[in-house]
This record gives sequence, structure tokens and C-alpha cells, in this order.
Amino acid sequence: MFESLFNAFILPENVTWFGQNLHLPSFVPYVAIAGTLGFILGILPMLIWIERVVIALMQDRIGPNRVGPRGLLQAAADVLKLFFKEDFLPKSVDIRLYYLAPFLTMLIALSAGAVLPAQNLTFRHGDGTLFRIPVTVGDVNVGLLYILAMSSLGVYGIVLAGWASNNKYSLIGGLRASAQLISYELSMGMAILCVVVLAGSLKLSDIVEAQNQLPFGIKAAPEFLRGSVFSWFWLQSLIIPVILYTISMIAETNRAPFDLPEAESELVAGFHTEYSSMKFATFFAGEYVNMLVVSALNAALFWGGSLPPLNLAILHIVPGFVWYILKIMMGIFLYTWLRATLPRLRYDALMNLGWKKMLPLGLFWLFLLSGYSLIRDTIAEQKNSPLLPTTTRYIVTPEPVTEKVPALMTSERANATDANGNGASKPVTGAEMPSLVPPEEKPKDIPIP
Amino acid sequence: MTPQLAIFWLLAIISVVASLVMVRSRNPIRSALCLVATFLSIAVFYITLSAQFIAAVQIIVYAGAIMVLFLFVIMLLNMGAGQEMRDKGTLQTPIAIGLGVSFLVALLFSQRIVTLPRTNVSPELIDRMGEVQTIGANLYSPAQPWLFPFEITSILLLVAVVGAIIMAKRRI
Repeated sequence: MFESLFNAFILPENVTWFGQNLHLPSFVPYVAIAGTLGFILGILPMLIWIERVVIALMQDRIGPNRVGPRGLLQAAADVLKLFFKEDFLPKSVDIRLYYLAPFLTMLIALSAGAVLPAQNLTFRHGDGTLFRIPVTVGDVNVGLLYILAMSSLGVYGIVLAGWASNNKYSLIGGLRASAQLISYELSMGMAILCVVVLAGSLKLSDIVEAQNQLPFGIKAAPEFLRGSVFSWFWLQSLIIPVILYTISMIAETNRAPFDLPEAESELVAGFHTEYSSMKFATFFAGEYVNMLVVSALNAALFWGGSLPPLNLAILHIVPGFVWYILKIMMGIFLYTWLRATLPRLRYDALMNLGWKKMLPLGLFWLFLLSGYSLIRDTIAEQKNSPLLPTTTRYIVTPEPVTEKVPALMTSERANATDANGNGASKPVTGAEMPSLVPPEEKPKDIPIP
Repeated sequence: MTPQLAIFWLLAIISVVASLVMVRSRNPIRSALCLVATFLSIAVFYITLSAQFIAAVQIIVYAGAIMVLFLFVIMLLNMGAGQEMRDKGTLQTPIAIGLGVSFLVALLFSQRIVTLPRTNVSPELIDRMGEVQTIGANLYSPAQPWLFPFEITSILLLVAVVGAIIMAKRRI
């Protein structure tokens, strides 16, 4: 019964549509662009509603209940109100940068979502073989570095807003925000590196796939635990990295209890003091997009991405992106929960926590996890070992590669590695290799995966 | 015009214009931002050359860390307001223009004099050259001599950090 249901999810590789032959896997990036943008921008008004309702529940209030059923249209009303507010421009601001800042924040936050792996789509090749393609805008080899790059660029919007407003509160808020972002990026990087050590790849779809294993690589574990909640990296990396990541993701997005850049008791509203109407709304939306992106990264790195919590057929029928969205929304709920619970930190306590506690702990844990994965791989190499290695697919042996690169340069003889870096597949001689120039003569492009 | 060529010209125009504005602008903040724009377009150049890792590192290190530090310094020194930064009536501008033009001419004519070796590497292999796995496996493999220089460089950076802390703090 389940098999037929699974077959319904398998798509053919080529379909004919109005006499045109369509190569379906080539459309995956476009689907991903539409899906990611649609999800992020569509869920934004809902997030504001969720936040207000959850905080109201926690504070034993009623919450929004006037506009629409259960106050669901409250967010739409808020956006409308912001549209009709006066677009106020203070004197002696740097006009170009003042207008640029909110859009920069929004743009960078949205573009960071490009590499998030929503789920895998299965296609059937013409000869009956199946292959899977992760649904992302670009499944790039350096996906994690890309997200880190985007989050480090995110400082600019805030700094520029603070500076261009020509206001002391704004400037101090902007400086605080960027100092906080830079400090917590380090411990965030440490937590991410712990995952990279275990997964052996910087590609996000590979990291999700690496969590689809038996818990701690124990061969005796039952099959329904493969890729289950116990084999995701929050537990595999021995819990500390996920705590480090979660704390620094909250600090990165300047949310309570780390919302010092917009501490209303000290700085009016921080870097967006001078922003009104839709410019303020753009900042506000950018912050929520940032929250979604870091929660999505949290879900992909530590909570198994699109994997269901147990390897059972009935859970696999639910499409992967539903699990993924569920995990993202749990991150959002955590944000709201913390905002309703914790008081704001003092500035020196914030810096102490980031630099003196989290960063050393992260460094130590990276060291520990590297040793752990080395020991586990050594045990796994032995005969009849009860363990599987940590990285099964991405162990790069130095030997073939060192021969490869000089060979590439002289183009006499090169061993091509396949996309997973799995050693030599087929020797390519110089005569076979097409030259780079002229470009018209190069062989037909590999279909975009 | 192929899409690659279109992207190249778009990026070339952006990077050249941004770097010219960076040099000519009186406002230090605007200069710094134009430098960021130049760095970003160079990062996209790296991507078009399928050096993904270097592109990401370019953005993280230069655009994300160093330029943010520049902006901090400019803002904290309160140099933000448009100041008269340029000297007038010096020979610097004509000499710089002359040198720049001669360098450009030398670059354009260098192809006539020196013929660079052209590799016959296929695009598929080039694609893999820029991947993290290839770079890591070659940089850190025991057979290659790069590991020791790499570690020495990291010690150099550590020395710089320690030195900065000692300079900044009177009592440690």
C-alpha cells in the first residue's frame, strides 16, 4: 500500500508538453526560487500574528481578537496602517544611504535563503534508474560559507541605518548591533564547524543527507532509527553545539534577550529610530526574514532538515518540506518563548557571554568532536567493528588527488573525481579533453542538477 | 553575446565604476561602500571562473570583516561628514592618470610579446578545481609542501592579535 503511494512522488525525468520535450530536473531551481520566496514572504504576516498570540497566551492575556477570525487579519491591518503613515524624512540625513539601508537589510536576508535545502525530489531516468535532487535555488558546494558570508554582510544595513540617520541613538544602536553580530558570528562559526566535521561537507543538502544514518553509527541499531531524531546532529555533535548555535542565532538577529541594539529604555528604538512607515516595515520584515533563515539553518544543520523524526513509512509519506517548515516554526516559537520569558542582558554580560564563555567552549568542543570522529572512524575501519564511520561518503584520500592536480596543469593525464569526491572514476587523456578555447567547441553542458 | 559575456561586462562596468567612485568620492563612508561593491563584483568574477570557495572567502573576509572594520573606524573617528579630503593643485592626479594609462597599454600589448600557455583542461575538471574538497585535500595533504607555510601564517596572525591586545590594554 505504501509502495504505490511512494511511487506517486517519483517524477519522470523528461515529459512532453505541447510537443515540447521538457527536462524536469532543470526546473527545480525555479521551483525552489518560487517556493522559498513564497514561503518566506507569505509566512511573514503570520509570524507577527503567531508572536502576538503566543506572547498573549504566556502573559495570560487575550491577544489580538478584533480583526478577522481570532485576530488573524491583524497583521494585514498593521501593514495597511504602516502604508498610510507619513513617510517622514528627518533633516540632515544622508539621503541615499538612509534609503538604501532598509532595502539592503531585506535583500541580504532574502538572498541568504537561496541555499536552504527544502527537500529531495526523486526523478526516474529514462532507463528506469532513480536519482534525487535537492530542491534549492543553488545547491552550491560552499553553501554554508555562503550563508555565513550573507550573515556577515547583514551588518551593513544596520550600520548604515545607524550612521545615515544622523542621530546619536541610531549611531549607538548601529554600533552595538554590529559589534554584537561580529562577536556572535565567531561562536556560531564554531558550532557550524562541529557539524562540518561530522558531515564532511559544506553543502547543505549533503549535511542533511549525512544525518540520514544510524544513531552514532551503531550497526546494531534498529532500522526505524535510521535518520531519526536520535541520529540528527543535535545529538550526534553531543548537544553543546546546538546550544551554542541557538544562543548565537538569537544574538545574530538582535532579538530578546539580546535586543540591546533596540533597547527602548536606553536608545529609543536603536538604529531604526528615525525610520517611519514602510521603511520601518522593511526593517521589521528584514528582521523576521533573518529569523526564518537562521531557524531554517538550525533545522537543516542540527534537526535533520527535511527528514521525518522516525524512519517509518507513514511519516515518509508526508513531504519533506512539511517537516522542514515544522522545524523552522519550532525555531520561531523558541524566539517568541524567550522574548516572553527572559529579561534583556546588560551589555558587558552580553560580551562576556560571547567572547569568554561561548567561544572557548566552541573551540574546545570542535577539538573534542574532531578527536571523536577520528576515533570512531578508526574503530569503524577495523573488521567486524560495531560502528560505521562518521563521514561515509566524503573521505578524501590524499593520494589520488596529489597526483591529480599537477596532471591537470599539464593536461597529460587526469583522473576525474566524481561529484562526491569518490576517487578516480575514469582516466581522461589529453586527446579526449576538449580545449577551453574556443568556447563553442566545448561539449554540451551537463544538465544543471 | 553569450550570457557569460553579458555577466562579465555587467560586472566589469560595476567594478570599474565603483572603484573610480571610491577614489573620487569626498565622503569616506561612500568610498568604503564603493570598495565593498568592488569586492562583491570581484567575488562574482570568481564564481564565473568556478572558484566557489575563493568567492565565498572573498565575501566573508574582505566585504564582511575588513570593510566592516573600516566603517567602524570611519564612524568612530567621526569622519563621516563630507570633508575636503583632496589636495588641489598637486601633480598627483596627472601622474596617476599617466601611470594608469601606461599600465593599461602595457597590459593590452603584453599579449603580443608574451604568449601565455593555454591549458587543455576540460570545463568539467575546472569545475571541480574550485571545490572545497579539492582545495582542502591539496592544501593539507602530507605530500604537498603547503601545510607548514599555512600553519606559520596562522601563527603570524595570532601574534598580530596578541600584539593588538597588549597595545590596547595598559594592564593585563
